[in-house]
Amino acid sequence: MDFAAIRSRLAGAEGRLYWRSLSELSDTLEFREFLHREFPEQASEWNDPKGRRNFLKLMSASLALAGVGACTRQPPEAIVPYVRQPEEIVPGRPLFFASAIPLGGVARPVLVESHMGRPTKIEGNPEHPASLGATDAITQAAVLGLYDPDRAQTITYRGEVQPWGAFLTAMSSALGAQKASQGAGLRILTEPVTSPSLSELIATILQDFPKAQWHQYDPVGSDGLREGLRQATGAPATPVYHFDKAEVILSLESDFLGATDGSVRYTRDFADRRRVTDTAKQMNRLYVVESSPTLTGVKAEHRLPMRSAEIEGFARKLAAAVGTPVPTAVPGTPMPGGELVEKWTAALAADLQKHRGNSLVIAGEYQPAAVHALAHAMNQALGNIGTTVTYGPSIDPRPVNRHASLAELTTAMEAKQVQLLLILGNNPVYTAPADLKFGERLANVSLVVYHSLYRDETSELSHWNVPDTHPLETWGDPRAYDGTVTLMQPLIAPLYESHSAYEVLTTLTSQPTRKSLDIIKDYWTRAFSGAGGWSLKNAEGQPFASADAFWKQAVHDGFIRGTDTTGGGPATPFAPAPKAAAPAAAPAAAGTTAAAAATPAAAPASSPAAAPDAPSPAPLPEPPQTVGGLELIFRPDPNTWDGRFANNGWLQEAPKPLTKLTWDTAAWVSPRLADERGLDRGDVIELRYRGVTARMPVFIVPGQPDQSVTVFFGYGRRLAGRVGNASEESAAFNAFRLRTADAPWFGAGLEIVKTGDRYLLATTQDHHAMEGRNPARVATLSEYEKDPAIISHMGHTPPRTLTLFPHADLQYQYTAGHKWGMAIDLTACTGCGACVVACVAENNIPVVGKAEVDRNREMHWIRVDHYFTGDIDRPESMQAVHQPVPCMQCENAPCEIVCPVGATLHSSEGLNDMVYNRCVGTRYCSNNCPYKVRRFNFLLYQDWDTQSLYGQRNPDVTVRSRGVMEKCTYCVQRINHARIDAKKEDRLVRDGEIATACEAVCPAEAIVFGDLNDGNSRVARLKAQQRNYGVLEDLNTRPRTTYLASLRNPNPELEPPSGGRTTGH
Amino acid sequence: MASPHADASQIKRPYKAPPPVIEPGHTFESVTGKITSIVLTKYQPVAWIVTTLIAFMFLNLLLVSVGYLFVKGIGIWGNNVPVGWAFDIINFVWWIGIGHAGTLISAILLLLKQQWRTSINRFAEAMTLFAVACALMFPLIHTGRPWLAAYWLLPYPNSMNVWPQFRSPLIWDVFAVSTYGTVSALFWFTGLIPDLATMRDRAKHRITRMIYGALALGWRGSARHWQRYENAYLLLAGMSTPLVLSVHTVVSFDFSIGIVPGWHTTIFPPYFVAGAIYAGFAMVLTLAIPLRRMYGFEDFITMRHLENMAKVTLVTGLIVFYGYMTEVFFAYYSANQYEKYMIINRMTGPYAWSYWALIFCNGVVPQTLWIKSLRTNTTWLFIMSLIVSVGMWLERFVIIVTSLHRDFLPSSWGMYYPTFWDFSTFFGTIGLFTTLMFLFVRVLPMISIFEVRTLLPQAKVEGAEGH
Repeated sequence: MDFAAIRSRLAGAEGRLYWRSLSELSDTLEFREFLHREFPEQASEWNDPKGRRNFLKLMSASLALAGVGACTRQPPEAIVPYVRQPEEIVPGRPLFFASAIPLGGVARPVLVESHMGRPTKIEGNPEHPASLGATDAITQAAVLGLYDPDRAQTITYRGEVQPWGAFLTAMSSALGAQKASQGAGLRILTEPVTSPSLSELIATILQDFPKAQWHQYDPVGSDGLREGLRQATGAPATPVYHFDKAEVILSLESDFLGATDGSVRYTRDFADRRRVTDTAKQMNRLYVVESSPTLTGVKAEHRLPMRSAEIEGFARKLAAAVGTPVPTAVPGTPMPGGELVEKWTAALAADLQKHRGNSLVIAGEYQPAAVHALAHAMNQALGNIGTTVTYGPSIDPRPVNRHASLAELTTAMEAKQVQLLLILGNNPVYTAPADLKFGERLANVSLVVYHSLYRDETSELSHWNVPDTHPLETWGDPRAYDGTVTLMQPLIAPLYESHSAYEVLTTLTSQPTRKSLDIIKDYWTRAFSGAGGWSLKNAEGQPFASADAFWKQAVHDGFIRGTDTTGGGPATPFAPAPKAAAPAAAPAAAGTTAAAAATPAAAPASSPAAAPDAPSPAPLPEPPQTVGGLELIFRPDPNTWDGRFANNGWLQEAPKPLTKLTWDTAAWVSPRLADERGLDRGDVIELRYRGVTARMPVFIVPGQPDQSVTVFFGYGRRLAGRVGNASEESAAFNAFRLRTADAPWFGAGLEIVKTGDRYLLATTQDHHAMEGRNPARVATLSEYEKDPAIISHMGHTPPRTLTLFPHADLQYQYTAGHKWGMAIDLTACTGCGACVVACVAENNIPVVGKAEVDRNREMHWIRVDHYFTGDIDRPESMQAVHQPVPCMQCENAPCEIVCPVGATLHSSEGLNDMVYNRCVGTRYCSNNCPYKVRRFNFLLYQDWDTQSLYGQRNPDVTVRSRGVMEKCTYCVQRINHARIDAKKEDRLVRDGEIATACEAVCPAEAIVFGDLNDGNSRVARLKAQQRNYGVLEDLNTRPRTTYLASLRNPNPELEPPSGGRTTGH
Repeated sequence: MASPHADASQIKRPYKAPPPVIEPGHTFESVTGKITSIVLTKYQPVAWIVTTLIAFMFLNLLLVSVGYLFVKGIGIWGNNVPVGWAFDIINFVWWIGIGHAGTLISAILLLLKQQWRTSINRFAEAMTLFAVACALMFPLIHTGRPWLAAYWLLPYPNSMNVWPQFRSPLIWDVFAVSTYGTVSALFWFTGLIPDLATMRDRAKHRITRMIYGALALGWRGSARHWQRYENAYLLLAGMSTPLVLSVHTVVSFDFSIGIVPGWHTTIFPPYFVAGAIYAGFAMVLTLAIPLRRMYGFEDFITMRHLENMAKVTLVTGLIVFYGYMTEVFFAYYSANQYEKYMIINRMTGPYAWSYWALIFCNGVVPQTLWIKSLRTNTTWLFIMSLIVSVGMWLERFVIIVTSLHRDFLPSSWGMYYPTFWDFSTFFGTIGLFTTLMFLFVRVLPMISIFEVRTLLPQAKVEGAEGH
């Protein structure tokens, strides 16, 4: 107590001073604090963010309230029966809605299965030309992405949770500052955009802020294609390939079966030309010249491996041989040489010339513009343009070189010219080429707004973080690879406080609170009236009666007919919305002629802000100079892509094609290079390239060129989420660390150094040789034509009479009712692995994690086996064959007789059923299964605890617990649904009415399921083919799943027909 | 205790008759006194205390391992797909095999009137019981859901009308092993009754007397008792005899019914039975040699016993080795690529070490028993019996793991690596076995008193039947 102070205060007081205590009188800090406090001492601990007590309290509170929080997002729970039954909702029966999952701005059309408002499974949209009912693996996994508990959930500003209103206020004040300078400091960085309405929205913003800049970046996009076609055709164009018309195909490193926007459709068209039947023994022929083996490459009849940089030289050689004028090469372009290349060039040129008009040359997405131009020139010379390849107007509203665009932005950031930066997706801090130093330069921007699905590496450096909506939660209208406008509709209200890209971008306009649906519907209402050059027709080719009818039909179909670029769809317009835009809330009125009359003024090209000249095309990347060292090749990871799917357990666990690697990435080296450098699988190497280094574990891949090392994006993520976060060890396995903007896909000058460290790589298949057992039977077309029995002679099939029960009446013959079976065409299968992920999604298959995969305990009910053949020292001889293996549903099932409790039994329709409830888990069935398709829950693999994942599970399929065996059921839940429907209508199930998950997803239509008792069913007809065979039939298991042998159609000039083949007995 | 403690072989014998099965100089009293004194005392050898403590430690490890197993699941072991069975079933077959010697000694040798069996049958039977106890644990705990397997494998009437699947060899196993366990326990207990009565009569403490008295079931040694006893014992021996053959035959069906290359062979039943007897006798030797030393039982378990057991080991070892050669021949003669690959993989594959170690343990080492000096060397016999036990464990490892890890489709080939819990469970069962064995030695006469007494010359003099 400071008495001196008290005295002085009393003395200095004017008038009579009342004091409560001596403390008050002394006016100590403590007392002031006491007065200030509403509650006594401990209460204010709440405000101390670091207080341990506080932390514990919050922890307990969040635990206690976690359930409550989750509940708020559930659909309202009705505790009384419906008074009025909602239309079409029958509990237990799913509904399907058409939508799309965009990747890199391009739509993947889908149908989404919804159970009582929960999207649970994705199928392809059968009517959409880009899908025809199939999807790829990444799209299949999107449904898990929706329920990912690690998604960004709240809007934050510098880490503090903020309401949407606060964001609007912040944006409006930031824009106020930009208004004066016409937006000189405003930059928008997006992923590629193909959506017409989003394009219009951006154009509108650029009209309001004429000096603002829009940058597009896509770490995986193809700049070469864009530039090459601009060079060749003089205008931005969208190529569409027609593999259904191509007899001879040459791919110059294009992975058109695996990793392009149109791969799903291309795979179908390509496979359709290979469906050899007993009567039509014709198939196309595929040549692939590539560096790193791809799914396309291993599917090819002939594959010529070379360094990525040499492809251009090869294309020049070939173009000259085909008779195309070849522009002079930039000096230093490496030219491949040698006897093999000469032989190839000659044979290939001859074969292409022979098939003028029905051949196709396709250049790789990751090849420079020159190769694309050459491919175009060759197609032109061969008369393929208009038949096997067509060019439509660009679906890209403003085609720019993505890397140049990003480089421009980083330069501006460096020069502190950027005050407000809006980043939509992309995670550029992680994905930008290392030399652009994006993360470092982001510090120069005064306000960074980042909009993304996850709190990732970029979120950390951004001021505002706005969670993005998942594609299943929002509206949209992206275009598919062929330009078809594909409508996205939300399947569920946003699970978190998310906002779509529309809602974020619209904050920059004069109507900052518009909703996605309003923006899109408004656009298409005007388009219906003629804006933007769209001509909207219904399925019969007639105009719609009204805008409303059009909209309903489009949402129902999931796409707008006739908008594909080859079918007359226009280029995606890049024009601002008319100033007198129809009010968003009056869509019904928009169909009237009055509204139509109000809008035609929207003349896109005349608007000054919409200056169609994109920033002048950035100079082409110099062809990499031949310098010493190895070639470094960059590729997107087939599963995690550019890292955006790193937190998706299904994709992480799905074995990557060719390596069957899960959960990790690896640098691919050829066997010879590995031998030279003393490398073994799992050895960690240091990659030194242009002054930067990264580390990678090594994977030895046959068919890889000896002088190239391939690395994949998508790993070494620091902030991906609980699934995708890199460990301390794997943090350096980041290919983006090596990437430079000038050579985004390959470059010379790589040095690799063995570090001596080892890294565990978990694969699902370790043995890639067939050991003379012919599980996957391969023959050439000519061999097969000569002797169709060649396939059946590769194995031994015991007669049906071989049985311990010779009396016919003791043997069930499956003559009555259905007799389910499956045929898998290995000629069609490309090994993409979509069936694996589709099966996981359909059948509630758990993710087990890397350690368990390494112990061979992965749970996939269908796997894609992969076998290499060929001489390891001649990479060009390497061939591979893929074989999807679900349960064989053996009629004489070895698993059934050994189960002590009868938990696996045969149904009258021939299914090998698994009764989970009865299973005690002796694992004898698995031991006795010669195909090893049974999967055991060694531990509790299902995630019972993460609430957000509950919604994903298929309610028709049991969620298995620990200690239980499980296996492929031929999707028995789908069979039962169809059977119930059929019984109600008093008929048998029709062929094609049931599609198993793997069949439905297969882009190649390689898997066909159906009733063998119906002689006309597709599966019965396939099984009647001479190239049909059963795996391990010699064990007399009588598998119901059989295979159609893989046929190849080699060019006799490159592969002389062999005399004899070793066959089984 | 006037008997010399020298080895029987050192005694010069003018005649060619086999050495006696009991050293000379014993009386009824000395036999009874010596055997009962081990139990009816407050003191036990330090070696007993130390061994029991170590064994008890391992028993606790077993409890921890099984507890953790029940909490987490089979995944704590190294089992996987394709190797669905590994240590669990290896240990099961190993223990069951070990059990066989007991039944063989007590039943078959009884019927064959092999007198030398009397001084080893008691603890061989006990060994059987404890081995079966260890073995029985595995079929239960190796399942994914043991709380259900515990009764779902039994045919009990239930409202759902669900029965076990009688075509499965695992069900046959349940019946075979449980029958075996029951008969072995009965046989052992029946054989114990007269001795329990002796213990009751000699026990000083009241409670001890009451316990032994209750267990002796009112045995008074009357002629009627003896007559009934002999009948019952003979009947049980008759029942046990086929079990010696059937149990391991059924166990071998677990494999031979399967279609896995390396399992699916007709040689398995005889080969498994021989292997079981072989392993069992090795285990009896492993136990008998230290016990006779620890308790000074060289008089009762003489060199003749050890040598006989060594001979049985040698014979059955040769049968087992013949089995190995037959497997190789089958693989060649079948002209079946899977069988051929299986044997090549065993010999040269990643687990080749286990195959060659097996050949060494079961093929090479027992050949030393042809030599009399080694056959009568207790140290060597002890070492050899341990090697045989290891060899028989490896045999099951080779059969189970190397057959499963590479079966039909090369894409599904994999490797099996045991974890800490695999080993802890295995060593834990050894702890359980040893603990039970040492407790048995402490509380029950480990050698059949009344039967050994019949071996004495006095027994022959006093009456034709001895009793």
